[in-house]
Amino acid sequence: MIEIKDLHKSYQMGSNSLHVLKGINFSVKEGELVAIMGSSGSGKSTLLNILGMLDESDSGDYTLDGVEIKNLNETKAAKYRNKFLGFVFQSFNLINYKTAAENVALPLYYQGIKRKERIEKALKYLEQVGLRDWATHLPSELSGGQKQRVAIARAMAAEPKVLLADEPTGALDTTTSYEVMDLIQKINDQGNTILVVTHEEDIAHMCKRIVHLKDGVIMEDKVIEQVRAEQYV
Amino acid sequence: MFSRDRWQEIFQSIGKNRLRTFLSGFTITLGILIFTILFGFGNGLKNTFQEFFVDDATNTIWLFPGRTSKPYKGFATGRRIEFRNDDIDDIKKDFAMYVEYITPRISRGGTAKYKGESNTYTTRAVGPAHQHSEKTIIMEGRYINENDILGKTKNVVIGRLVEKDLFKNGERALGKYLDIDGIAYKVVGVFQDDGGDNEERYIYMPYTTRQLIEKNTDKVDQIIVGFKLSIGYAGSKAFETSLNKYMRNKHIIAMDDQNGMFIRNAAEGVKQTLQFASILQMVVAFVGIGTLLAGVIGISNIMVFVVKERTKELGIRKAMGASPRSIVGMVLQESVFITTIAGIVGLVIGMGVLNMIGLDLEDFFIKNPYVGTSTIIKATLFLIFCGAVAGYIPARRAARIKPIVALRDE
Repeated sequence: MIEIKDLHKSYQMGSNSLHVLKGINFSVKEGELVAIMGSSGSGKSTLLNILGMLDESDSGDYTLDGVEIKNLNETKAAKYRNKFLGFVFQSFNLINYKTAAENVALPLYYQGIKRKERIEKALKYLEQVGLRDWATHLPSELSGGQKQRVAIARAMAAEPKVLLADEPTGALDTTTSYEVMDLIQKINDQGNTILVVTHEEDIAHMCKRIVHLKDGVIMEDKVIEQVRAEQYV
Repeated sequence: MFSRDRWQEIFQSIGKNRLRTFLSGFTITLGILIFTILFGFGNGLKNTFQEFFVDDATNTIWLFPGRTSKPYKGFATGRRIEFRNDDIDDIKKDFAMYVEYITPRISRGGTAKYKGESNTYTTRAVGPAHQHSEKTIIMEGRYINENDILGKTKNVVIGRLVEKDLFKNGERALGKYLDIDGIAYKVVGVFQDDGGDNEERYIYMPYTTRQLIEKNTDKVDQIIVGFKLSIGYAGSKAFETSLNKYMRNKHIIAMDDQNGMFIRNAAEGVKQTLQFASILQMVVAFVGIGTLLAGVIGISNIMVFVVKERTKELGIRKAMGASPRSIVGMVLQESVFITTIAGIVGLVIGMGVLNMIGLDLEDFFIKNPYVGTSTIIKATLFLIFCGAVAGYIPARRAARIKPIVALRDE
């Protein structure tokens, strides 16, 4: 599903440049649940942003579902993002003046789907994350865990090839974190490919594979025994 | 652009962000409102000035035909020039920019009789606009009007002293029939004039009636052209020059022929007054432009603020797959919509205020303050356009920001 070869990225900080990714090679197969771990500054978020086409690499190859991602202009990137990717952010990034259902329907709007169908689909995905009854509530009326579940529903609504989650539990307490991870595991069980960036060990162990990043290179890439979040909920 | 979904997005965004909507709308409303009122006051001041100082219809140019004193284009010397009705139509058409009114004048002597009283007077056959050029004041009845011209009616307007001479024992002239050189005319109006006794012994009749009597000719003696005051003294001189050239070409008179035709510009005597009028016009224009500029700066600031405030939302939309084009389109469509509505509100309020207080301001030398509808609509369109440009630049920048940067923006 994802194929990365010799990926480099550096940021220009005034006169000196900061080399963040120093030759990353890795691949993700369909249906995998991968945790990308590392301390802050290890380059994990940068990697995820490049995978999400929110940022561009300096050099290296990136293939997503057989499509080579290269020389993207903004319009093209927007199209690919809409077609291939779903995002879950640490700070949820819901639009605060739209209701939960409207937020979930937003990517569908940019896919050009009709209003009626959009609302139907949005309600279906809200149902899946257990927030059907909260459809008409604004984000300000939801708890952190609920917000993140709305964000996950939004990411899933577009039916993406890959779900990218950047510290999805970073702003949540332990119990809520496990609830969110339980949801992510269930979505993965349905065969969806998911990448989770985290620096929490327990969260990482709820995935099926852990990739350790340190100083811009992969230190370790191992398949693990998945801990089900269900038992903690 | 006109998709229902887009409008729904926009209405939601407008409805849920009341402060933002209010701020950008208010700027435009206020801009147009102040523009309308100040511009109206300026016009009112100008009206007062014109009434005070430009009372004697000095904005007139007089054309007299003559007799040529030079051979020209195959014509011998001594040819008599005559103006015709079509000269009036042509001037009206070709100098529409300058001409406020135009009228011919055919003067003839005549003997008027009523019940045994008789006297000789000068009759002037004119058009309705002649009233403006002479500042004739109607005491009773009315002046010569368009219907008289079209119908070639036998109606006359007589001076106060004509009535006094012919109608004895306090009889009123209005509605009576007067015999002038054997033809009966109905008196439809009596006038007075500040120009003295002679001025009040004229008899006015429709020029078409005079032409009918004179074997249905289309000749006219003189042409009086009233030009628009707004062209100022310099403008009137330019108008005079081109009018002179135009008539000489039409009637085949050499440009340097002193006697072929004569042209006189009444504005020469009141040059300074007219200059002041045009300065006043400039002041009014300056006030208008200044207000509009202030409005443009206001709406530009608001638009920059609005886009800045939306940076994060736009980043989220981009992460969800919005193209830069749709981002810019959405921001622009929303701002143009708000500014249009707000502009119309300002326009309506402004007109209302002018109408309401307009009459009370005559004590402050502001008479009949008004602004032409087309001026206000142009000003509104201008502000909407500036709002769109001012919104476009930050919107395009926001659409270009990488979503990751926009999302980080807390």
